[in-house]
Amino acid sequence: MSITELDRAGGGAVVSGGTGLAVHAEGLVKTFGEHRAVDGIDLDVRPGEIFGVLGPNGAGKTTTLRMLATLLKIDAGRAEIFGVDVVGNPHVIRQLVGVTGQYASVDEHLTARENLWLFGRLLGIASPRARRIATELLEQFGLEEAANKPIAQFSGGMRRRLDLAASLISRPPLIFLDEPTTGLDPRTRGQMWDTIRGLVADGCTVLLTTQYLDEADQLADRVAVIDLGRKVAEGTPDELKTAVGNSTLQLLLAEPGEVPAAAEVVRRVLGSDPVLSPERGRLNVALDQADLAADVLIALRTAGVSITSVSVAKPSLDEVFLALTGHGADGDDENSREENR
Amino acid sequence: MSTMIAPARETVRAADRVSAARRHVSPGETLSQTLTMAWRALKKMRRNPEQFFDVTFQPVLLTAMFAYIFGGAIAGDVASYLPLMIPGILAQTVLTSCMATGTQLREDMEKGVFDRFKSFPIARIAPLAGPMVADLLRYTIAATLTFCMGLLLGYRPGGGAPGVFAAIVLAIFTGWSLAWVFTWVGTIARSAQAVQGISMMILFPLTFLSNAFVPVETLPDWLAAFVKINPVSHLVTAARDLANSALVTGEVAWTVLACLIVITIFAPLSVHSYKRHM
Repeated sequence: MSITELDRAGGGAVVSGGTGLAVHAEGLVKTFGEHRAVDGIDLDVRPGEIFGVLGPNGAGKTTTLRMLATLLKIDAGRAEIFGVDVVGNPHVIRQLVGVTGQYASVDEHLTARENLWLFGRLLGIASPRARRIATELLEQFGLEEAANKPIAQFSGGMRRRLDLAASLISRPPLIFLDEPTTGLDPRTRGQMWDTIRGLVADGCTVLLTTQYLDEADQLADRVAVIDLGRKVAEGTPDELKTAVGNSTLQLLLAEPGEVPAAAEVVRRVLGSDPVLSPERGRLNVALDQADLAADVLIALRTAGVSITSVSVAKPSLDEVFLALTGHGADGDDENSREENR
Repeated sequence: MSTMIAPARETVRAADRVSAARRHVSPGETLSQTLTMAWRALKKMRRNPEQFFDVTFQPVLLTAMFAYIFGGAIAGDVASYLPLMIPGILAQTVLTSCMATGTQLREDMEKGVFDRFKSFPIARIAPLAGPMVADLLRYTIAATLTFCMGLLLGYRPGGGAPGVFAAIVLAIFTGWSLAWVFTWVGTIARSAQAVQGISMMILFPLTFLSNAFVPVETLPDWLAAFVKINPVSHLVTAARDLANSALVTGEVAWTVLACLIVITIFAPLSVHSYKRHM
């Protein structure tokens, strides 16, 4: 028994807290050498919701997910999944969580059907039933035609689907999806979104990471924005968008000296502060509606501020960060970084 | 893909799942998971037949080469060298093939699917022990081919079929036990190449500084001292007694004891270091 999974507490109740949350994490820390990849993250995911963790590459999203999934040691802080302590009961956690990684975790040497059967058997499902579940999942995920082909011949989208199918074999109540649509074409992406919504309709809770603001907007009930291993904002997508705007008006002024005057005009027209970009003479204005761009431009003309270039864009992740933290995803504004500490 | 999740499916209820969750893996589950992992390893072998090269070509080539190169010098002629040499080759080929266990485990562990194995509620030893069970097939092929090649060259084992069979079983068991050392190396090394390098360093002294190919009396004293305590020597002597005269000597006990010690040390070490990797 010593070489199988041991649990320290022996028998008795596993559930400790009465938070009723699917995921409850406090002050999670993960250090790789000198680098604090995750630096004190708190997360609360309610049962039945899709919770999005939004952040740029290297923000600590995957590391956070891997700690919660018992794939990485938690260096400090604590985490509970459905009230079960992650560090103390890894074996129980593994029965509650289905993990779909950023890189498809399926066996290259086996066919799709063999993969699903193998995983089913490992999860303790009798062989005939494991075969039946494999067939069902292959049908659901539109993979029945490729069922007996080696994975090496699969496209990226097919691998992702198979990977997600593999996470659903035991129908876990909580599913972690690490950047489920990164690298997928728009059509496959839409299908993946439908699948994820279907999971929640089934009663699952989904925790997903993404680099895309629109993905978080499309899917998530609530979003945590993560930067440099820390949570910089949390809320519904609507709340985030109120902070960021549905679109961004980018202005480059002819005279950098007129930035304060232009900012004043924007404040008067929209009632909100524009974000001054690091380059001098640039203003980024968050807009709730693209129509408002015209109002701003007319007001600037009236005020005699001359403009070199104008563009209206959907807010990028960088602008989310600009709006939320006052610096870009790799920002260099001294003051706003101070605020973040 | 359009209708993704069938609407008729029953709802997943988290609270029920928490209370139904088992707290640890039972020995029965561990065994079944190990055998499932062995199935995976066998499938892999069947689809990559080059994995069998070392266990097929090596016994055939080594047996022929060693017989004709060393036969005259050591034993006077090939026929009288064979009873001395074949059990030695047996030990060497089985040990060489268990070295591949570590290299392949390392390569395997770098693949994405190991993430899934780690995220599953399965015994941590299953992904390590599964391939080792499948490797029994490789050891069996290597051991059987060695004896077949010997027979072809004119080796007539005095122990008969039961003696030869017993020698093969002992060699397979030894190979399987020592494979835990290489499995451990596989879990601690940084790359498959590193595993290969470290394993060679362990394996070469073990096989060549033994009585596998030359009589101990011809060695200098200091070397003979090491050769006498080398577990491979015990395996070779035990296999010679079994194959050539159907004698179960104390050497068998020494070999089995050495194997058990190796397993007791390296199986927990391997699991520990595999878990630490996460």
